Amino acid sequence: MSTVKKAAVKRGSLGERIVRAIRRDKWLFLIMLLPTAYYLLFCYYPMYGVVLAFKNFKPKLGIIGSPWASQNGMKYINMIIRDQYFWRVFFNTIILNLLNLAITFPAPIILALLLNEVGSKWYKKSVQTITYLPHFLSAVVIVGMLNDLFNSTGLVNTLITSMGGDKIPFLTSAKWFRPLYIGSNLWQGVGWDSIIFLAALSSLDMELYEAARIDGAGRWKQTLHITLPGILPTIVIMLILAMGRIMSVSFQKIWLMMNGGNQQVADVISTYVYQRGIINSDFSYATGVNLFQSLVSLFFVLITNAISKRATETSLW
Amino acid sequence: MTALPQKRPSSRPTAIREGGIARTLFQAVNYSVLFLLMLVTLYPLYLTVITSLSNGMDVMRGVVRWRPVNATLATYKQIFKGDIMIYMRNSVFYTVAGTLVNMVMSCLCAYPLTRRTFCARKLFTAMVTVTLFFSGGMVPMYLTVKQFGMMDTIWALILPAAISTYNMIIIRTAFASIPESLIESAQLDGANDLKILFSIVIPLSKATLSTMVLFYAVSHWNSYFDAMMYIRTKSLYPLQIHLRNLLVAGVANEDLVQATGTGEAFAVTERTMRSATIVVSTLPILIVYPFVQRYFVTGVMIGSVKG
Repeated sequence: MSTVKKAAVKRGSLGERIVRAIRRDKWLFLIMLLPTAYYLLFCYYPMYGVVLAFKNFKPKLGIIGSPWASQNGMKYINMIIRDQYFWRVFFNTIILNLLNLAITFPAPIILALLLNEVGSKWYKKSVQTITYLPHFLSAVVIVGMLNDLFNSTGLVNTLITSMGGDKIPFLTSAKWFRPLYIGSNLWQGVGWDSIIFLAALSSLDMELYEAARIDGAGRWKQTLHITLPGILPTIVIMLILAMGRIMSVSFQKIWLMMNGGNQQVADVISTYVYQRGIINSDFSYATGVNLFQSLVSLFFVLITNAISKRATETSLW
Repeated sequence: MTALPQKRPSSRPTAIREGGIARTLFQAVNYSVLFLLMLVTLYPLYLTVITSLSNGMDVMRGVVRWRPVNATLATYKQIFKGDIMIYMRNSVFYTVAGTLVNMVMSCLCAYPLTRRTFCARKLFTAMVTVTLFFSGGMVPMYLTVKQFGMMDTIWALILPAAISTYNMIIIRTAFASIPESLIESAQLDGANDLKILFSIVIPLSKATLSTMVLFYAVSHWNSYFDAMMYIRTKSLYPLQIHLRNLLVAGVANEDLVQATGTGEAFAVTERTMRSATIVVSTLPILIVYPFVQRYFVTGVMIGSVKG
């Protein structure tokens, strides 16, 4: 049926063909109407708003009517490049993400491997049910619990003092920001992130294990030579996807955790953009900082996609 | 479809037959490590609950560890005396309305992208995909919402986030797995695409769609960022903003109470109020969680296949 339709479309001039195709697919166009409106109004229109970075924004004139900034529109970009604090925020973002990745990426793989060794079905299921749960808690709840545990009268500090130690100002010290941020990410995500690896594990070929057992390979050798190579493609894909997200951090969580004491390491691009753009109404400057972030992310996505294409023949497009 | 890990009888046959003492030792360690993980996961949640039920001064002295101390419902009485019911109602409303819009829009968007004969499929797919990798960012979005006159209205919380492209792609993947022949035979019967979408495609994708309902609903329920950006009127605040304000204010107030050395009489403190609010705001998720849990794996799997 569809081939008949296609043949019909191919006859006639370009204009006629287009009209006929639109008439044939009118229901699909109709269905697509609202989503298209959404993408144009709330994705592409703001995307056009990026030109703000090159303009002197005048609220009365709107984004389109505002005049171009001086220095051929590069005034704000030049300001950003010379801004030392911007570079601090930029590297804070990258360092926080790399450390986060180094810890929260391998942990779910290890958890999946451990769960895979569990023979008792209900025990495995209990561990899964409980460890998936924190994934659904909000950033405010997580930071709230973090505060309760680590503030000056919190459980951790009372334990430290009861053992004769001195209180540690976890929440307001620059040294402890990254461990708390990454640790709570781990707590929240380790179970949920293991789902994908568990699924990969369950699709491995059982006959390989049979064969290995007959050859006298123990559990450890089986894990090393069958299980790990078997889930390697999944690991590689997940790692590449994670690399693509290297510039995006949880604004909601960091904004709540940040204070005068830890700002020098906690301030990242998104919090800086919020502070400068939304709170200080420094629109052009903040848009420029955001543009910087988008371009770096895009660069990472393209690079990782290229590597992925070569190494695993899997790519995003 | 890939087999789901939970549905398999056991992941690897015969844990008992092989190995001797080393195997037993490994299993003992393994079970203990996982037990510890469960404890570590649950304890902060449990601590929050017992904190909310304890006397505020005992909490501050740090003696609340395993069970409520001087158990009292005073904190809950106190928070329900406040505006919490308004924020709760707002959050429920935003979540239900927002998720409804999300689901309708995502399904509408996903279906045409799966129709192989659709002449503009590539164009629309490109339109959607670009947004995964590039966006205007915070400030242009803020100005857009302002320009459209949506500041301080519920629309600011619903329309700018009407479609999450990631979730939409998961739905598209589910729709695409429906046999073409089914749709073609409906077309032969004279059904139009809108009818096919609602009477065939959507009913056949229930598992994935319920996962998406959960994902969308949780993200509405948990978000404070959009409300912080766009909502100014206190009576429109969602619960998470209220909780955030308690959190921000709490740190300062608690230090104050400590510094002045007053407050033997405080059964209810910022700390217990915060804990109680956390409990109240998390309860809905805990109630829904067991019912939707079995669908997760499907959703996450499909999502990861297409990145």
